[in-house]
Amino acid sequence: MKDTVIKTDKLTKRFGDFIAANEISFEVYRGEIFGFLGANGAGKTTAMRMLCGLSAPSSGKAIIAGFDVYKQTEMIKRNIGYMSQKFSLYDDLTVLENIHFFGGIYGLTDKQLEMKSKALIERLGLQQEAKKLVASLPLGWKQKLSFSVAVLHDPKIVFLDEPTGGVDPVTRRQFWDLIYDAADRGVTVFVTTHYMDEAEYCHRISIMVDGRIEALDTPKGLKQAFQVQSMDEVFYTLARGAKRGD
Amino acid sequence: MDAVVVQDLIKIYGKDDVRAVDNVSFSVKPGELFGLIGPDGAGKTSIFRMLTTLLLPDGGSATVDGYDIVKDYKYIRNTVGYMPGRFSLYQDLTIEENLTFFATVFGTSIEENYHLIKDIYVQIERFKDRRAGKLSGGMKQKLALCCALIHKPTVLFLDEPTTGVDPVSRKEFWEMLKRLKQEGITIVVSTPYMDEATMCDRIALIQSGKILSIERPEVIVNAYADQLYAVKADHMYSLLKALNRFDHTINSYAYGEYAHASFRGPATEHEVVEFLTSQGLANIEMHRIAPTIEDCFIKLLKNS
Amino acid sequence: MKQFTTFLKKEFAHVLRDRKTLLILFGMPIMQILIFGFALTNEVKNSKIIVVDYAKDMASQNIITKIEASRYFEIEKAMMSAKEIEASFQQGIIKMAVVFPPDFNKDLLHQSTAQIQVIADASDPNTANTLTNYVSSIVQDYQRDLDKTSLLPYRIEPQTRMLYNPQLKGVHNFVPGVIALVLMLVCVMMTAVSIVREKEMGTMEILLVSPFKPIMVMVSKAIPYLILSLINVTTILLLSVFVLRVPVNGSIFLLFAESTLFIITCLTLGIFISVKTNSQQVAMLISLMGMLLPTILFSGFMFPIENMPKALQIFSNVVPAKWFYIIVRDIMIKGVGLSEIWKETLVLIGITLFLMAVSLKNFKIRLE
Repeated sequence: MKDTVIKTDKLTKRFGDFIAANEISFEVYRGEIFGFLGANGAGKTTAMRMLCGLSAPSSGKAIIAGFDVYKQTEMIKRNIGYMSQKFSLYDDLTVLENIHFFGGIYGLTDKQLEMKSKALIERLGLQQEAKKLVASLPLGWKQKLSFSVAVLHDPKIVFLDEPTGGVDPVTRRQFWDLIYDAADRGVTVFVTTHYMDEAEYCHRISIMVDGRIEALDTPKGLKQAFQVQSMDEVFYTLARGAKRGD
Repeated sequence: MDAVVVQDLIKIYGKDDVRAVDNVSFSVKPGELFGLIGPDGAGKTSIFRMLTTLLLPDGGSATVDGYDIVKDYKYIRNTVGYMPGRFSLYQDLTIEENLTFFATVFGTSIEENYHLIKDIYVQIERFKDRRAGKLSGGMKQKLALCCALIHKPTVLFLDEPTTGVDPVSRKEFWEMLKRLKQEGITIVVSTPYMDEATMCDRIALIQSGKILSIERPEVIVNAYADQLYAVKADHMYSLLKALNRFDHTINSYAYGEYAHASFRGPATEHEVVEFLTSQGLANIEMHRIAPTIEDCFIKLLKNS
Repeated sequence: MKQFTTFLKKEFAHVLRDRKTLLILFGMPIMQILIFGFALTNEVKNSKIIVVDYAKDMASQNIITKIEASRYFEIEKAMMSAKEIEASFQQGIIKMAVVFPPDFNKDLLHQSTAQIQVIADASDPNTANTLTNYVSSIVQDYQRDLDKTSLLPYRIEPQTRMLYNPQLKGVHNFVPGVIALVLMLVCVMMTAVSIVREKEMGTMEILLVSPFKPIMVMVSKAIPYLILSLINVTTILLLSVFVLRVPVNGSIFLLFAESTLFIITCLTLGIFISVKTNSQQVAMLISLMGMLLPTILFSGFMFPIENMPKALQIFSNVVPAKWFYIIVRDIMIKGVGLSEIWKETLVLIGITLFLMAVSLKNFKIRLE
């Protein structure tokens, strides 16, 4: 029996007349890498905010890590990690200070922090940079570091919003190694991306068009269903019909 | 005469003397669609800003349309079109007002060069009274391109026009560029997306301020020395780890649904499959493939 | 020229479309005038006045009846010595005392002229002013009545004495101060922010890669705020004349001409700040801390410059608002003409030209 960590049922968000997310229903399982795709303005960000407990749905149901998105947002926040391309770490704090700060937010003890930050810095090979300001790191390292910080408190689910935008291809793959590694440890990874090859790395993918989830399957299943060779074509076929931009 | 000539260009930032652009040289022929391909922080924006006379180089020289980027900056500012990486139009002005404004700044009018922007402008024309701040990402990008084109520039500099844009809009954008090329406009464009490289006539692969390779995309691909294989198995992450452990692996990494890998001479396909099976993998599939620009870039990065 | 009008049109669009800021800009002077006006004005209605009648003759009685007739003030008749009157002032029991000297009527009849002493507590200048004006007008009234019945013109002279604040610092003085403050706020801060905003939004990047002229950007940024500020000056003057009853004694035309000059000074100051800074926050902070504070401290409208240490007195000379404050005060209150204030005007012109030159020289034609 698969262990369901995200379950939504007709989850909807309206802004006045505008339906940003329209009756989206899906399940994500433990340890799964779930790709959340869609064109700009399809409603990905809105949906993700609801799942993180940052915005209350207009209607529908959603259970995240066993907690209700309406009533238990505090518990949800404790059990998830979040990383976005735009905001991740404080540029004017050092690597170590960032780790301690974010670990502290999630209530890790000093001892745990000590241990975890040491392990993390070793794994990323940042020994030389531990006391340097984050601002001085190359983008790729920042992204790897901020992912590691997002999973520092062993969340059940980690939400990644375009984590690899603008990162070079080698670093991008190292980043995905971290994702695979986390998934192997049982962390569920919920990720959005504009790179279609990264979509292939996901176990399952949903594609949102105009606020609705138009397709949901494994990459292979989607390609078969649309009878095309690449995810690029699947995406193009679906998103071409989109009526709205962001 | 080449439209853009860059000779040993250097840009240094901050007190740490970071070389954002390190001895970069290239040239772009008139009417060419030239791509600067590299990740964030590679120095693309610095190069663009020097060529558009916004920054002074710390070394080397460059000309645009035959004008020197330091001495003749006024001429260059009259003739080139520039679209910065960030959306940089007036958010509180409407589409039409933005366009009129930039046309007048360059001493021209929308009508005069309408043929250039027509194909793009018709797509946003019905929103012409909408303020730019209220437009979608794709529409903003189209408007920005119109504004950069309205004075019929001889050279068009587009700094990461497709970053953060979804694949569909990206494809549309490149189609627009192809049409502009037919108008004889020289286009220099930068992108972090390797798959867009094939859309360019020639590309420069750039990383950490240095150019790794400048060529036509197909030449770069053909120059790939090793035989590349696409490998697939039932479990991707284990496959990647196993390939890494294999003695004869030169390079291996995930690439879409496959792992791409190259092997040292003596290892045959058979041996690879045998090794992977011994590592507990099943449903192994393996075939030769032609490398893409991304494969080339990865190889160049690993070598450097 | 076409380019310039386009720039100008764009700037007007920026200003007019930002409704919230616009509301603040127009609301601010009104708020300031009202706040200052009311903070300085107690309820005139409840002011207590004592009338000390040493004369007790027909003329004094008549005038007292007239004063009492208003029932607007609380009036008490008492026989007090000068000392007692002063004590009542000090305790804050009374706001004004009207003293008729002995032989009031006799003086009036024989010498055709008599005096009334009007003493007011000018620590609240606005009330003091209103009260003394009120008494003066009653006395004048009475004088006119007398004149009708007689061939000789009579003259009753109210001898007004303002206790504690003889120059009546306050109501008359704060209007010029508020004008300086509002112009400083609107012109310096708004222009400073508006060029920096173009840097922040990235539009400056595009403008730089175009054949625009820096002077064009500066002038077109300044014009909407010049107009806006002139409207603000008008509002303040209307409010002060009609609500606070502070008259403009000098030439209105001169007042507006000098205001325009000061507005231009402020605008160039704002532009100077904006060419030197790179973020809206910094520009805002500098204009607030670096410009507004000195305006309040060193213009002389709140704190008398004469009482400051020498070094600060010298420093106050570079604060444009100081000169403008003197100019406006002299025009509005003293009613003087240009011949009396040309020096101050020249200083302002000098500061403006200096700032303009420095801003143009510092305008960056490249990034960084």
